[in-house]
Amino acid sequence: MAIAQLKVPAERLTAWADYDGLVQLISVDGQRTVGCPHWDLVADVDALQLRDLYRDMAIVRRLDAEAMALQRQGELGLWAPLLGQEAAQVGSARALRPDDFAFTSYREHGVAYCRGVDPVDMLRMWRGSGLSGWDPARYNLATPAIIVGSQALHATGYALGLTLEDAKSAVITYFGDGATSEGDIAEALGFAASYMVPVVFFCQNNQWAISEPVRLQSHASIAQRGRGYGIPGVQVDGNDVLAVLAATRLALARAYAGQGPTLIEAVTYRMGPHTTSDDPTRYRSRAEEEEWRAKDPLVRLRALLHSEGVADDGFEHEVAAAAGNAATALRSGVLDMPNPEPAALFEHVYADPHPLLEAERDAYLQYLAEYDEVS
Amino acid sequence: MAIATVANPTTAVDTSAATGHVATMSLGKALNAGLRQAMTNDPKIVLMGEDIGKLGGVFRVTEGLQADFGERRVIDTPLAESGVIGTAVGLALRGYRPVCEIQFDGFVYPAFDQIVSQVAKFRYRNEGRVGLPITIRIPYGGGIGAVEHHSESPEAYFAHTAGLRVVTPSNAGDAHRMIQQAIASDDPVIFFEPKRRYWEKGDVDTDAPLDAMPLHRARVVREGTDITVAAYGPMVTTSLEAAGIGAEEGTSLEVVDLRSLSPIDFETLETSVRKTGRLVVVHEAPVFGGLGAEIAARVGENCFYSLEAPVRRVGGFATPYPPSKLERHFLPDADRILHEVDRCLQP
Repeated sequence: MAIAQLKVPAERLTAWADYDGLVQLISVDGQRTVGCPHWDLVADVDALQLRDLYRDMAIVRRLDAEAMALQRQGELGLWAPLLGQEAAQVGSARALRPDDFAFTSYREHGVAYCRGVDPVDMLRMWRGSGLSGWDPARYNLATPAIIVGSQALHATGYALGLTLEDAKSAVITYFGDGATSEGDIAEALGFAASYMVPVVFFCQNNQWAISEPVRLQSHASIAQRGRGYGIPGVQVDGNDVLAVLAATRLALARAYAGQGPTLIEAVTYRMGPHTTSDDPTRYRSRAEEEEWRAKDPLVRLRALLHSEGVADDGFEHEVAAAAGNAATALRSGVLDMPNPEPAALFEHVYADPHPLLEAERDAYLQYLAEYDEVS
Repeated sequence: MAIATVANPTTAVDTSAATGHVATMSLGKALNAGLRQAMTNDPKIVLMGEDIGKLGGVFRVTEGLQADFGERRVIDTPLAESGVIGTAVGLALRGYRPVCEIQFDGFVYPAFDQIVSQVAKFRYRNEGRVGLPITIRIPYGGGIGAVEHHSESPEAYFAHTAGLRVVTPSNAGDAHRMIQQAIASDDPVIFFEPKRRYWEKGDVDTDAPLDAMPLHRARVVREGTDITVAAYGPMVTTSLEAAGIGAEEGTSLEVVDLRSLSPIDFETLETSVRKTGRLVVVHEAPVFGGLGAEIAARVGENCFYSLEAPVRRVGGFATPYPPSKLERHFLPDADRILHEVDRCLQP
C-alpha cells in the first residue's frame, strides 16, 4: 500500500541542519512523541496508513524468515537476512514515488518488496539461478549491489541525469555502516554535493559489518559525515518507522525542490547473522542482542497501534494470514524455479555478436552433446 | 566426490624430503600455522584485513592469531580495500612486513590502483632504495556455490604487472611453506589461495627448512609419459583426478603444479614437455588472455621441435563468472581436461 505523499512546506526544507539529536517519533513504549522535531512530517499518518506500514513490515519479516529456512534446507546458496531492519526499509521505501529510483545493497528485501518486486524474483540470485531477478526499469529499482558502496555512485549519476533534464524526481541509495569506509561512498558524497543532485543517501547503520563494530568504521556519527561535504545529515531511530518516514519525506522534498542531496543515518540493528554463512556468536555478546531485541521495530509499531486503539485481534489475524500466504507463495515459487540451461552461460555478455564468445559457446554445446549431457 | 580418491599431492614427487614433524591438516589450517610461525619468528609482521581479528577471517585462516598476538599485530581494518593496501605501503615504509587479506577475489579491484600503480612500481620508482615487502593474500576461484564477485580468478592481471610476484599453493604442505616464503620476500607477493581447497587435508612438514623448495619452483606432482598437464591452485587436484582416470583408460598424464605464476618455472615445465611431447594447460580463469596463453607461447618457442601436437588450453569461458547453478559448466573438470588430452593425443 502506498503512503500518501505529504506536501512539505518550503520553510521546512532547510530546517534540520539546526537539529543534531536522534529523531524519534515513536517512543520505545509505543507512543507518538508529538512535538518532537519533525513530528509534523508524519502528523498526517492515520490509522489506516499505520496499519499498512505494520502489514508491510510483518510480511517482509515473514518472507525473510522463509528465505532463511529455504537456505537452511539447501534451496538457496546464501541469504542475507534483514531481520531487525524492517522499519528502516519500509519507512523509507514507502516515502518514495513510483518515478523515484532506488539503488540498494543486498539486504534491502524490504525495499524491493515495497517497490513491487515479486519475492520469488528476489530469491533468484540467492538460489544461484541467475545474477538478478527483475528489470530495473520496471520497478525503478536497480539490481542489488554486492560490492558495498558502489551503488552510491550509480545513484549519484542517475540523479545527475535527472538534474540535466530538470526532472522533478529523486533517487535514493541504500548502504550500510561498513560501506561508508569505501572510497566510492566518499566520491559519491563529493559528486552529489558538487552538482547538487537530487539523491538521498540512506545509511542503515545496523551496528555490524560482518564482525566489525561500527566504531571501527567511524568514531563520529555517520550522519555527521555529510557536513564536510555541505550535505545535511540527520540521524534517525531506524527502528521507528515514523521517524524514518519523516526523514525520508523531508529529504525527498528537498531533492524535488532542487535543494540537493541529504544523508540519513538510520540507527538500527542486524538481529541475525551477516549472512547464512556467518556466526555472530564469535564476535558479539548475547547481552547486546537482548538489548536490541527489546527495541524490535515491529514490537514498537504494534504497541503504537494498540495505544492508539487501531488494531484488534481481527487485524492481527489478517496480517498473520497475509504473511503466511506470502511465505507459502515464496516457497513454492522458489521450489518451482527452473534451473538455467547451459547455453544461458553465454547469453547477455555483449549487446552485439562476439566471435570468440560464439565459438566458445558452440564448442562447449557440441562437447556436451557428444557426452550426452545437454539433458 | 571423486577428489577423495586422488593421491595426496604432498606424497607425490617432491624434491624436499621430510625432515621433521609431519602433521595432517587442511590447507586453511596450514596457512594459519604458517602465518603463526612467521609471526613468531619476525615481530615486524602485521596482519591487516576485514574481519580477520575476532572472527578469524571469513574462511578462518587467521583464526586465533589476534588472541595470541594482540590487536597491534592482527588489525581489523575498515571496509576499504584500497585503504588496506595503501596503508600497508606506509607500514612497510616504517619497517613493517604487512600481510594483507582481501576477503574475496572480486573485492580486490578497489585496491587495484594501489597494487598496480604503487605497490608494484615502488622499488623501480625509488631506483632500488626502497622496496615493499608486502604480502597480499587473496582467496580465489569458484566451485563453492557463492554469489557474484566471490568466485573469480584474476591472477592474470597481477602476473601481467611487472614488480609483483604471484604465487598460489595447491595443497596444505605448500600452503604452509609458501606463505612463510612469501612473507619473507623483500618484493611484494600476491598470494592466491584456492578457496575451494581450504578444507582439503594434506601432510605438512612443520620443521622443514624454508629453502628446501624455492618459492618459485614448479613441481611434478605425478609422473607420466604421454602428456604433460600444467595446472596451479585449485586445478591441481582436478588435474590429478584426470590423471587417475586417464591411467585407468591407459593414458599416462604427467601433472606439473606450477605453484608460481610470476615468475613461472619454465625449466621444470619444459623438461616435462620435452619428455612427453605434449602439453595441456589448465586454469579456472578465462582462456582468452589467460596465463595459458603465455605458457603456450613460451613452450611453443622453446620446445617446438619436441612437441608432437599443438599446446591446448582448458579454462573458463569469455564470460563473467556465472551464477552458481551454471558454474559446473564454467569450471574445468576432469572430463574437460581429458577431452583436451584426447585432442592432443589424436590431433
